[in-house]
Amino acid sequence: MSSRVFKGRAVVKGNVSAEALVSKEGFNTLASYQHSLMFGDKTGKCSDQNNPDLYKQPMAGKALCMPQTIGSTTGGLVLYTAACMSRQPACLLFSKEIDSLAAAGAILADVWTENSMPTVDKLGEEFLAYVQSGDRITVSEDGTVTVDR
Amino acid sequence: MELTKRQQDILDGKEGDVKAKVMKTLIMYGETFGAPKMVDITGKYGHLVTSFGLSVMKPVYDLMDTLIEGGALSSQKFSVDPRPLEACVPKNLIQSIFFSVMYSKQADYDKQLKALGILSDDAYTCTCYMDEVGNIPNEGDILSWAESSAVVYANSVLGARCNRNSGILDLFGSIVGCVPYFGLLTDEGRKADWLIEVRTTSKPEAQLLGSAIGMKVMEDVPYITGLDKYFTALDDEAKAYLKDFGAATASNGAVGLYHIEGLTPEAMKQGRGLLKENFKTFIIDDSTLEATERSYPVIWKDKNATPKLAFIGCPHLSADQLDSWSDRIDQALRSSGRSKVAVKTVMTAAPAVMEKFKKSAKAKRLTDSGVVLSHICPLMYMNNPMCASMPVITCSNKLRTYTSAKYYKEEELLKIITGGAR
Repeated sequence: MSSRVFKGRAVVKGNVSAEALVSKEGFNTLASYQHSLMFGDKTGKCSDQNNPDLYKQPMAGKALCMPQTIGSTTGGLVLYTAACMSRQPACLLFSKEIDSLAAAGAILADVWTENSMPTVDKLGEEFLAYVQSGDRITVSEDGTVTVDR
Repeated sequence: MELTKRQQDILDGKEGDVKAKVMKTLIMYGETFGAPKMVDITGKYGHLVTSFGLSVMKPVYDLMDTLIEGGALSSQKFSVDPRPLEACVPKNLIQSIFFSVMYSKQADYDKQLKALGILSDDAYTCTCYMDEVGNIPNEGDILSWAESSAVVYANSVLGARCNRNSGILDLFGSIVGCVPYFGLLTDEGRKADWLIEVRTTSKPEAQLLGSAIGMKVMEDVPYITGLDKYFTALDDEAKAYLKDFGAATASNGAVGLYHIEGLTPEAMKQGRGLLKENFKTFIIDDSTLEATERSYPVIWKDKNATPKLAFIGCPHLSADQLDSWSDRIDQALRSSGRSKVAVKTVMTAAPAVMEKFKKSAKAKRLTDSGVVLSHICPLMYMNNPMCASMPVITCSNKLRTYTSAKYYKEEELLKIITGGAR
């Protein structure tokens, strides 16, 4: 078993441990979540046909790793709704600086719901190059992210 | 973050607990991006992305109730994205039943929007900046808008200043009348990270070009050369092209602002001075666009199925585009010896744009040929299993991105809907 530690910035502070789900490309929040929110899939199965890394993979409770989010400006409210329905990822981990839509979703969930998603950004390209779906991720509230495999 | 006395008072709860929470959310949002202050919104109207009364989005409507009950109403009138349904749009009995269940919250949500401050009963469109709608920001206006295609248009074509705000935060800004100062609100944030050289042999399809650029630059600001030779001014034709182009950059990427050399306001004034010191370069030629189109997955069960429905107008069409499509469809029908379209076709535009167009002879000609004129959001129409399993075609890359609709270039789509070509 190997372990690597990455240090980022805690946008929403929190401690959590979860299995990694990795999107090497931008994460389209609306396209990914629309089916699970609309049709009662509690596992949050990804419906984004354009994302081969995640398509049809369950996202709820996973450590979602990505460069940034892309697409519709419903992104933040989609994450907020997922959090209200307990279908949110366990945490959001970004290699780049967080984008405005993901930040809105993470902050809305933190301020307005009981289901906060610890969120860390600026983890670096090396983080995204290293982390693989299935890895065990541990997030600390100071923005430290440990990847175990 | 430095706050004015009024902003601090709101945060301290002097205008109620709900507004205090709204302000707290906006401050956290701004601090994430290093915003030093909140700045007043100077645009006359807001624009919200959330227009649909989806029964499963109960948490959003509960939040709206919390805002209304807490007296946290919008300080400015606003337009909002299109409604999901209209009686004239084709649907079978099962789809009708499904829609009525799926969008059972629509009437309730419409009431909430009225209580919060919607401009009018017809202010439902993703293209609020059309003359007929009248939500047209001035250059330099600070906005609290969402709807990715509207934000990128307001920033790029109109020269207003707006971040890619999320739904809910768009309303939050309008409630407290200010937004955090960062990103596309700042001069530095409006500088270009990329020089995109368009070297195609003819005017590129707007939706494909936007898609290719969005995928490449993601959230960065591109400065695009090589398009000005196809447009002599920022006239209706150019604006319609840039509307569709921008929507694709924002749905296949996260572009909130682009500059077009010789055309858009800031590029006209500052030219290549807008490029950052270490800008990157990307060249787009015919092969780039061909590769982009080839990368689009087709998720129809039967990939060769005969199309049952076509959508034109995501984002909503301009008056100029309605006019042009009408002529092209008429001409193509004559050429193929048909009087009716071969595939049921729905064209969508803002209610005010469509009402005006419906008074024209061209509109009658279109409807006589079987085309349905509507003001719905095609994306919302498509987002259910009943429609998702239908072979629907479109020339909108945005609609393709979010639904099972299959993309065709405009001329190809025209041929299919008028001639029966597969």
